Amino acid sequence: MRKINLIIASFLFCLLPFLASAQIDGEVIKPRSGKFLLTNATIVTVTNGTMENASLLIENGKIQGIGTGLSASDAEEIDCTGHYIYPGMFDSGTKLGMVEINSVQETVDHTELGSVTPNMQALTTINPNAVAIPVTRVSGVTTTLAVPGGGIFSGTAALINLNGYTPDQMYAGFKGIVMNYPSSARRSTWDRRSDEDIKKDAEKALKNINEVWQRATMYSEINAAEGDLEYYPEMEHLAKAVTGELPLLIEVNAANDILEALKWLEDKEDVNVILTGVAEGWRVADKIAEAGYPVITGPMLSIPTRGSDRFDVSYTNPGKMLKAGVKVAIRTNDTENVRNLPFNAGFAAAYGMGKEEALKAVTIVPAEIFGVEDNLGSIEEGKSATLFVSDGDPFETKTQIKHVFIEGYRVPMSNRHIQLYQEFLERDPGLEKHSK
Amino acid sequence: MKKIIYAIAALMCWNTVNAQTDKGSVLIKNATVLTVTNGTLEDTDILVENGVIRRIGQGLSAGNNVTTVDASGKYVMPGIIDAHSHIALDVVNEATSPITSEVWMGDVVDPYDVGIYRALAGGTTISHAMHGSANAIGGQNVTLKHRFGTHDPEDLFMKEAPRTIKFALGENPTRVHGRGNNIQPRTRMGVEAVIRNGFNEALQYKKRWADYEQASKQRNSKAIAPKYDSRLQTLVDILDGDIIIHCHSYRADEIYMLIQVCKEFGIKNIVFSHVNEGFKVAPELAEYTMGASVFADWWAYKFEVYYSTAFNAAILNQNGVLTSINSDSGELIRHLYHEAAKTQRYGGLTDDEALALITINPAKQLGIGDMVGSIEEGKQGDLVIFDNHPLSVYAIPQMTFVDGVKYFDINEDKDDQRLKVNPTELVEPIFLKEHDHKCMHDLDFLFTEAEHLFNFHNH
Repeated sequence: MRKINLIIASFLFCLLPFLASAQIDGEVIKPRSGKFLLTNATIVTVTNGTMENASLLIENGKIQGIGTGLSASDAEEIDCTGHYIYPGMFDSGTKLGMVEINSVQETVDHTELGSVTPNMQALTTINPNAVAIPVTRVSGVTTTLAVPGGGIFSGTAALINLNGYTPDQMYAGFKGIVMNYPSSARRSTWDRRSDEDIKKDAEKALKNINEVWQRATMYSEINAAEGDLEYYPEMEHLAKAVTGELPLLIEVNAANDILEALKWLEDKEDVNVILTGVAEGWRVADKIAEAGYPVITGPMLSIPTRGSDRFDVSYTNPGKMLKAGVKVAIRTNDTENVRNLPFNAGFAAAYGMGKEEALKAVTIVPAEIFGVEDNLGSIEEGKSATLFVSDGDPFETKTQIKHVFIEGYRVPMSNRHIQLYQEFLERDPGLEKHSK
Repeated sequence: MKKIIYAIAALMCWNTVNAQTDKGSVLIKNATVLTVTNGTLEDTDILVENGVIRRIGQGLSAGNNVTTVDASGKYVMPGIIDAHSHIALDVVNEATSPITSEVWMGDVVDPYDVGIYRALAGGTTISHAMHGSANAIGGQNVTLKHRFGTHDPEDLFMKEAPRTIKFALGENPTRVHGRGNNIQPRTRMGVEAVIRNGFNEALQYKKRWADYEQASKQRNSKAIAPKYDSRLQTLVDILDGDIIIHCHSYRADEIYMLIQVCKEFGIKNIVFSHVNEGFKVAPELAEYTMGASVFADWWAYKFEVYYSTAFNAAILNQNGVLTSINSDSGELIRHLYHEAAKTQRYGGLTDDEALALITINPAKQLGIGDMVGSIEEGKQGDLVIFDNHPLSVYAIPQMTFVDGVKYFDINEDKDDQRLKVNPTELVEPIFLKEHDHKCMHDLDFLFTEAEHLFNFHNH
């Protein structure tokens, strides 16, 4: 028996080099939590100015301390000399995690059948292992709003952090019901309806909305009076928007539709409104400001909605709304290229919004709109350690993001794009059949 | 008889002289000049005379009738060149056959497209107006200079540019013809067969003509000329090296396939476009082709671009592949300088390397590298002035010149820059989704589910 053991042991010993190399081959870097001390950094807090040569302590998923002369002998120290710490950026409207490949219908899970489906949960459809998630988060975008699409009441959007193995682990504390306000605009150049048909469709849709809304109102009233209600999940859910329990994210873009939506909202005082899209917001910015609703707009990197528009209206839109007094957050409305959020913000900054306000529009402003400002959106003690370290301004194209922390987890600065780069930068064999 | 011929010839010469497009003169003073091919020159002047860069230096002066622009604190770079575009085109796809080499995009140029002006406002002075990607061998393209304001499509043509043609591999031709029309190609094997068959037929066609010409030299020859076929003649011109292929492609296998086919037929003038998996066959692209024209970061909009990397341009560049960044989009063409800058985030390219991706490199791929694409004496006066370094996300183009003529000035922009308003359009349409110019335009009739198939990015 002992002999056999010895044989096995020596066999294993011989195998050791292979095992070791196998380990390197299959090495996986996982997100990991712990106690981290980021030292000698310039900390851009967003809410409390910028601190030079400061340290930041991360423990239990939180920012435990910020300041100079901070020390923690048991913490893993990350020297950030010459680097900057920013709060993680929010993309306030995406399909990230809800679709893997746009043209492959089997992987598209953001749009359910039916026009009144407010009970469809974006959080359910989030794939924590979507390849695009690690591709996104290494850019410093740590938090995204997953927005279902289609119909009038598409479903319930959910705010997620881009780390975790289940949707609940990713959930960042905000949900809102999505409403597509009837559009007088064309969906795309494929949309060849006549002007009259578009108008008719919009009127029909508004009539439809009013009927549905009335039903939801009735549902909430009966519910409040503790009356008997049949199982009606759509209304049960929409009633929460009627009472303001869940915010209503109203997607509306054309100037006239924005005005119509504001009119529609006049007698709905309990509703907790967030306007989204708002591509032509600059045309009616004063009216939006007057109504006092916050706006999530974008992408800036898109074509003007009208042929007669000045070339830069999509770039200047957020700045113009901000100037009129509207609270503005920025989104990409993208899926696989949510990593372009900082560049959208950069364009907004260059074209009138200014760097400081553009930074707020992807950090503290969306945190406030989503009601998670106690936990996210700025570098403050006690807030979630959801932040990143960069070698410069994160909007600037050439800037490198060095480290990303999401709720205290240090996430690997890797993804499929980076792995392909590592594998193929110097292919071996190159042109010949065998390497020289 | 001879006299008449001379007279006609003279008349034609006179016509071409008259048909010349505007050429301007301008003196740009005290700029930081990003020459691309000769580094960065601080505090330097550029003198353009009659559309041509005459002098680059310090303390230059010009005649009284030449406009002087003070560019102190500003940056000047060569006009940006987009090697893959569909702006200024009425239609994009002649999707009636897997080979349509007989059609030419020059016949469908729309000088009224406000997209041309928007491209100018983003510093883009030249675009390669391409046929779509429905066919394995598509139509011939046309290289445009953005002389916005003309009503004559021909004024936009860069007449000195060589001929180019569109090829397409992978999902688009197999979807349109195989799945849509139930004819070859339905697979990537079929795409290869269509191209090979086309070239072999072209060789036979060429031989028929050669035989006929040989025979007709005989005295009292009764040889009858073969039937002229512009489709096959175009393929012959490709085989003769007179046309540059620009091939829509994504996957490494299909790129490798066409490289092999081209090697076999002795074709060297080929540029691969999109080429998302080009990084996997970078050594082959470097050795056998005129390079790759890629997106900065587009991926995952369809299956054949799922295994992409934003480091594609960096890997290609590092491997010695002539690389450019294109738009294939009426949106991206407005900020190609920003797309080029992304190679600094994804792969750390130098400023000169990044700028070359949208200037001299695409110029070479279009066969116009000796005329445009860098700031050099003797080259055409296509220039852009930026307030910041053009690779900065905060850069805003201030003025754009084509042939020394100013076509964009941010301070003279009129908001509504349309040249023509549709009189039947009582209410101006508002488009929410990007109303874009794409490879797969004009194909909705092929599919009942067109909205689904084509509404997303279908490049």
